[in-house]
Amino acid sequence: MSAEASSLPSPQGRGTQGGRAMTPILSVRDLVVTFAIREGVVTAVNGVSFDVHRGEVLGLVGESGSGKSVTGLAILGLVDAPGRIEAGSIRLEGEELIGKPERELRRLRGKRLAMIFQDPMTTLNPVLRIDTQMIEAIRAHENVSEKAARDRARQALLKVGIPSPEERLTAYPHQFSGGMRQRVAIATALLHRPAVLVADEPTTALDVTIQAQILAEVQELAAESGTAMVWITHDLSVIAGLADRIAVMYAGRIVETGAVADVLERPIHPYTAGLIGSVPSRNKRGVPLAQIPGMTPSLAKVPPACPFNPRCPRASVTCRTIMPEPTPYDGARMARCHHPLIEQAPAAA
Amino acid sequence: MLVYLIRRIGQSLLVVAVMATLVFLAMYAVGDPVDILASPDADEFERRAIAQRLGLDRPLWEQFGIFVWNALHGDLGRSFVYNVPAVDVILQRLPATLELALAGLVFSILIGIPLGVLAGLKPNSLIGRSVMSGSILGFSLPNFWIGLMLILLFAVELRWLPAGGRGPTTSVLGLHFALFTWDGLKHLLLPALTLALYKSALVIRIAQAGTREVMLQDYIRFARAKGLSSRRIVLVHVLKNILIPVVTVLGLELGSMIAFAVVTETVFAYPGMGKLLIDSINRLDRPIIVAYLMLTVVIFVIINLIVDLLYAAIDPRVRLSEAKG
Ligand SMILES: Nc1ncnc2c1ncn2[C@@H]1O[C@H](COP(=O)(O)OP(=O)(O)OP(=O)(O)O)[C@@H](O)[C@H]1O
Ligand code: SF4
Ligand SMILES: [Mg+2]
Repeated sequence: MSAEASSLPSPQGRGTQGGRAMTPILSVRDLVVTFAIREGVVTAVNGVSFDVHRGEVLGLVGESGSGKSVTGLAILGLVDAPGRIEAGSIRLEGEELIGKPERELRRLRGKRLAMIFQDPMTTLNPVLRIDTQMIEAIRAHENVSEKAARDRARQALLKVGIPSPEERLTAYPHQFSGGMRQRVAIATALLHRPAVLVADEPTTALDVTIQAQILAEVQELAAESGTAMVWITHDLSVIAGLADRIAVMYAGRIVETGAVADVLERPIHPYTAGLIGSVPSRNKRGVPLAQIPGMTPSLAKVPPACPFNPRCPRASVTCRTIMPEPTPYDGARMARCHHPLIEQAPAAA
Repeated sequence: MLVYLIRRIGQSLLVVAVMATLVFLAMYAVGDPVDILASPDADEFERRAIAQRLGLDRPLWEQFGIFVWNALHGDLGRSFVYNVPAVDVILQRLPATLELALAGLVFSILIGIPLGVLAGLKPNSLIGRSVMSGSILGFSLPNFWIGLMLILLFAVELRWLPAGGRGPTTSVLGLHFALFTWDGLKHLLLPALTLALYKSALVIRIAQAGTREVMLQDYIRFARAKGLSSRRIVLVHVLKNILIPVVTVLGLELGSMIAFAVVTETVFAYPGMGKLLIDSINRLDRPIIVAYLMLTVVIFVIINLIVDLLYAAIDPRVRLSEAKG
């Protein structure tokens, strides 16, 4: 995907840079999700904005607790009490989803919007057969016969590389390995060729070989059906080979976005740099991994101003007093930092 | 699966054997039935004759041997009071109690599961809290008191239902059931409800806890992400999962339901095994008590077996792992 397909509205007007105007298939603006818990109201997602275009893969990365899953769930309207979407806008193909009645949301879920989850051992109902779980997904949206639905389920399994799908259809989840279960979940999620697939760390729980296979399969399937993906992970090496664009989250905010190659090669935000430094890589073998010092702040007491300041090697007084605002950079990039790692002046300065 | 079945049956037989020994010893310790059977002014000779006729004059181990031998042939002695085989007396009363226990079971499911699931889906709502408070009441109110209150309300005040007894019976396969007549059902309703109340409370609590737990699972989230209606999610995905604990507990409780029937049957003058037991204890009719206890043990064991098999039928994971073992 081209760099013109910027993920953030920039002052120059996104989409006009390359002379190619595209309406994003999914557009999230200023999303705020809060949880009312015993310690008070915590803001898990705090003004998140991004766009995803048709067929594009957006990698959503960040440490544990940064609000990635909540963002993904919000897209499908699956944030449950005590969580609440407080503000913002989520548009799917131009259609506003926030505030939509549950009935209409349900019609979009599974059909236009799909989601797969982290733990393949728990995403399938243990007491229902695979065919039951796939056929119900088809018939929830299309008035087709049991037999036709079954045929489609079988083909879907074949497509994700499950051998002898006819037999496997009558099996129960516990008869599958983790990788196979995740394949079933993926096949199920893509049954209706959705516009957007939110993938919440679907390969994290799998071993590396299986992970690579599944990544390749999903990529192929998504490309085939034109499905855009929001791929949530904390593993930058997964994102490198998969995503077109990347959005880095920290404490409920997106702190940097840009094309994957740009961000990984020349990070702007110190937090992104820290994440990259903590990824094991071949040429650094034997060298101890750089860890970002400190811990992700508890949402109940996020540090004032830049939330990363207690852990940031570049932090200054400004960082502790003034919240850095989203700033556009060349190449349709954005970062929020007072002391960016890139010398170049902000594009919109 | 076959190995598992054989092993389970073996365990069951062991339980029955141990219980038989305990029952026999307990009976021996309870008292001398000759005191009851002989007339107060009977002399030593008459008493000895009675003891001899009943085999009570032989040494303990010999009595036990005879007891076991006869029991293996389905003979648990003759009732001192009715002078017919004790097993026959019990079996004659068995359908009434089974009918009562099963009706109670059905009621507790019909009341317990919908309320429990509802409370589990909305644990913090008014209705959810009311159901849970109500279930505590169901636990703490004594069985006989509930029975009396129901009689007062529906039989004495409203006169809708009979206060006690068992309605007319029809014979099915040689056993007498009241289930198949309207009048019989009317007689069954109040005692079954009384019996079911405690179990309903239990089912409510299990179903509520189960529903709450299941609703948090990833597979429910995934089911919602597929766009399933909440109806389908609750009726298929949730229900099928909570059925596992409910069936387990209810199966085990069916046995205690038969035992609890003692109180309920007494309150409603319902001619089942429970009432027979109380009468027989009062009359020290030892063979009947022994037969009742043995039969109850056998019923318990059979129910447990059935529950295990049902469990395997509902939960595919059990099916596989047990088949291996
Ligand atoms: N059900 C909930 N109740 C209360 N707080 C919640 C709940 N779900 C999420 N949160 C809050 O939202 C924050 C972000 O959670 P989220 O699951 O989005 O993190 P994440 O980035 O997906 O992390 P991970 O990599 O561990 O999955 C959590 O730290 C927590 O404070
Ligand atoms: S604003 Fe300051 S503290 Fe925050 S990331 Fe940038 S340099 Fe570090
Ligand atoms: Mg997560």
